[in-house]
Amino acid sequence: MALEMRNVRFGYGNVPLFSDLNLTIEPDERVALIAPSGTGKTTLCRLLAGYERPQAGTVTVGGQHLRKKGACPVQLIGQHPEQTLDPLMRMEDSLREAGEPDGALLDALGIQGRWHSRYPHELSGGELQRFCIARALLVSPHYVIADEITTMLDAVTQAALWEFLLDDQRRKGWGMAFVSHSEALTKRIATRAIDVEALICS
Amino acid sequence: MTDLQDIRSSSARVMQAHDAKDVHGAHDAHDHHHHRHASNPVHTHGHHLLQVEDLSVGFRMYDPAEPFFAAKQELVNVIDHLSIAVHEREIVALVGPSGAGKSLLADAIMACYEPNVQVEGRIWFDGELQDAKSLAALAGGAIAMVPQSVASLNPLVKVGRQVQGGLSHSTYRTRDTHGARQPGKRKKHEKQGKREEHARLAQRQQELFARYGLAPSVADLYPHELSGGMARRVLLCCALIGNPRLIVADEPTPGLDEAAALRVLEDFRAFADGGGGVLLITHDIELALRVADRIAVFHDKTIVEETSVASFASPEHLQHPFSRALWHALPEHGFSAAGE
Amino acid sequence: MAELAPAQEPVVQTTLFHAPRSLARIISNRNVLLITAVCALAILVAIIVAGIVATPAAQETDFARRDLAPSLAHPFGCDWLGRDMFLRTLAGLSLSIRIGLLAAVVSALIALVLGTIAALGSKVADGIVTWLIDLMMGVPHLVLLILISYALGKGFWGVTVGIALTHWASLTRVVRAEVLQCRQSPYIAVAGKLGASRLRIAAKHIVPFVFPQFLVGFILLFPHAILHEAAITFLGFGLPPELPALGNILSESMTYRSTGMWWLAVFPGLSLIATVLLFDLAGGALRKIVDARTNQE
Repeated sequence: MALEMRNVRFGYGNVPLFSDLNLTIEPDERVALIAPSGTGKTTLCRLLAGYERPQAGTVTVGGQHLRKKGACPVQLIGQHPEQTLDPLMRMEDSLREAGEPDGALLDALGIQGRWHSRYPHELSGGELQRFCIARALLVSPHYVIADEITTMLDAVTQAALWEFLLDDQRRKGWGMAFVSHSEALTKRIATRAIDVEALICS
Repeated sequence: MTDLQDIRSSSARVMQAHDAKDVHGAHDAHDHHHHRHASNPVHTHGHHLLQVEDLSVGFRMYDPAEPFFAAKQELVNVIDHLSIAVHEREIVALVGPSGAGKSLLADAIMACYEPNVQVEGRIWFDGELQDAKSLAALAGGAIAMVPQSVASLNPLVKVGRQVQGGLSHSTYRTRDTHGARQPGKRKKHEKQGKREEHARLAQRQQELFARYGLAPSVADLYPHELSGGMARRVLLCCALIGNPRLIVADEPTPGLDEAAALRVLEDFRAFADGGGGVLLITHDIELALRVADRIAVFHDKTIVEETSVASFASPEHLQHPFSRALWHALPEHGFSAAGE
Repeated sequence: MAELAPAQEPVVQTTLFHAPRSLARIISNRNVLLITAVCALAILVAIIVAGIVATPAAQETDFARRDLAPSLAHPFGCDWLGRDMFLRTLAGLSLSIRIGLLAAVVSALIALVLGTIAALGSKVADGIVTWLIDLMMGVPHLVLLILISYALGKGFWGVTVGIALTHWASLTRVVRAEVLQCRQSPYIAVAGKLGASRLRIAAKHIVPFVFPQFLVGFILLFPHAILHEAAITFLGFGLPPELPALGNILSESMTYRSTGMWWLAVFPGLSLIATVLLFDLAGGALRKIVDARTNQE
């Protein structure tokens, strides 16, 4: 069930960002995508999770194209949880979009019961990000793409969220690609690092 | 409080007994205003460059737990009795998670207030107790702000002219909150004075561009034509045009990779080494530890600990449990959320 | 503040740098807003009911009270046929509000359907709707309104259909923009990737997002509709002259203006303005309450 990018071409307008991109991520892997800012790491993440469609080439999971309907087997978690939650929806309803909440999962993430009835603007970034992670994992994805998910959080929350993610990954065996500007964090988490610039040039 | 120079300067200050407003004299020299010093800062004239005490910032909000129309409006503090000090020749990093209200401290210092905010406390600048009016007069002059992004620049005005006008052309501060600015207030020699002022600012802008490696042609570009790195330098030049003594930088590095972020912070370091003070507001403790002299840990609406960067070498030197938890949570240390 | 300062420090006055203005606090208070909206709506309902009840009395002529100036018994005075102007104004307002209500509902429905089609449908559909909006905005309201009303034989239905067909354009534009903005939000994309169907996204995300703007646009349609009803009746292309409509009252009063009967125009005119302002007040207050983005203030 590998996540594969084959000969992907993509760009905005007339500016090609990737011309012939190949990338394979196996389950159980935690791949760090490393590149200076402005090289298209976020775009790469969006392509992997099916938010952008390649202009040529394919993105597949276990040989299957990413489905347009139903839950996507590749889930993206972003840097700004407040943008990915409907500001007019209570947290419990946002959570239910991904299916029936799993009590054990919510407990492991440290989501408190009283947060459920609140609106996004009444919770902190760290609390919102816990909900976003819970939501992504509730659909039992094969792969999780984490794009700077703890960049704007304090170090304690960052450690707590990664501790949870690593534990959940070990138990369920999903694969992961992640972006982080922090070298120390990358060293701590990654099982493999990919230099995106080298990938584009080759 | 191990540093000899510090004890000396503190006691000197007590003896000077600066004036009645200066409460610092009442402190003992040993625990210097709840913070510990780095080795290089100086208390010129026996006081801090910037001193904030017991600052509270609150908003009127409805209690979300109560039914919609029965809910009462209450003053909800986002910053609660916060104290922080910045000395000359040092960078103080205020570290805390995004969205926790750190930026409100910058707004309070820059006298930039939302209509429904309540701000109270004590702020000294250069030994003088300030109020809203005097802070507004300092803003853009002796105290300058480096905003988060080029979005703070006016997209329709060329970069050179914006730098010469400081941030007055930008959208960060609106005219009505700050009233008339000093230049252009004189009536008599208005035209002559204006022209001289203009020439002086233009020259200063060229100097700054030269110093920060910006080509003279950059002055003719519009904000959207700047690359990320150039934009950061332009914003810095905007702040430096009025020869500030204190720079307040609110999250100057997000979106930059590590190398670019460090380059930005080197510029702040150079400014501090030249005698200025920098208050760096950031969520990135790893970066803060690499450039700052002191770290102020923001937690639960206030600063729980103000300490030198050296104290972060080992958790034993940290006093507050949250700072210690922070240390243990760093990826290069335990990376554990549970603490010790 | 003094008791909050640490005990070992000498008591130092705290500087108040900024505080919210107390007036702003009162005006934006949730309860005040609710009471405003409820009162405004209650008054409007009362006018409708009272007007319907008063219509027969308003058409009664009594030459004993011909040309009476305003008094306690007849607060708005009487006209040249001895009809009580207060009752006539009430009946006229009631009729205007009913026409306005019907026309505004139909107009808002047209706006909702067209706006949604434009935002969610194909590019061609969007092009057609946008072109229609531009066309509508380009032609003066009143001219089109007169044409439609005249073509339909004037009267109640002529006016109502005319207003309904000419007032949807600006609200359609609002609905289209709001739906488009909502559809492009990151949270809509995320909901799709989590497996939510298009229908679910529309019902759970887009409708709640657009509703406050739609509601306000809908309420603000009333004053427009009422003013235009009065205008074309005044010009003689609207309601028949025997009905106590505000347009008729104002138009007739013009004939008697030179005889010094100022009350025939002043009071009905002021009531019309007051009614329009009431709708404005109710609309503004409702928007602030319904919109989660502003209801903390």
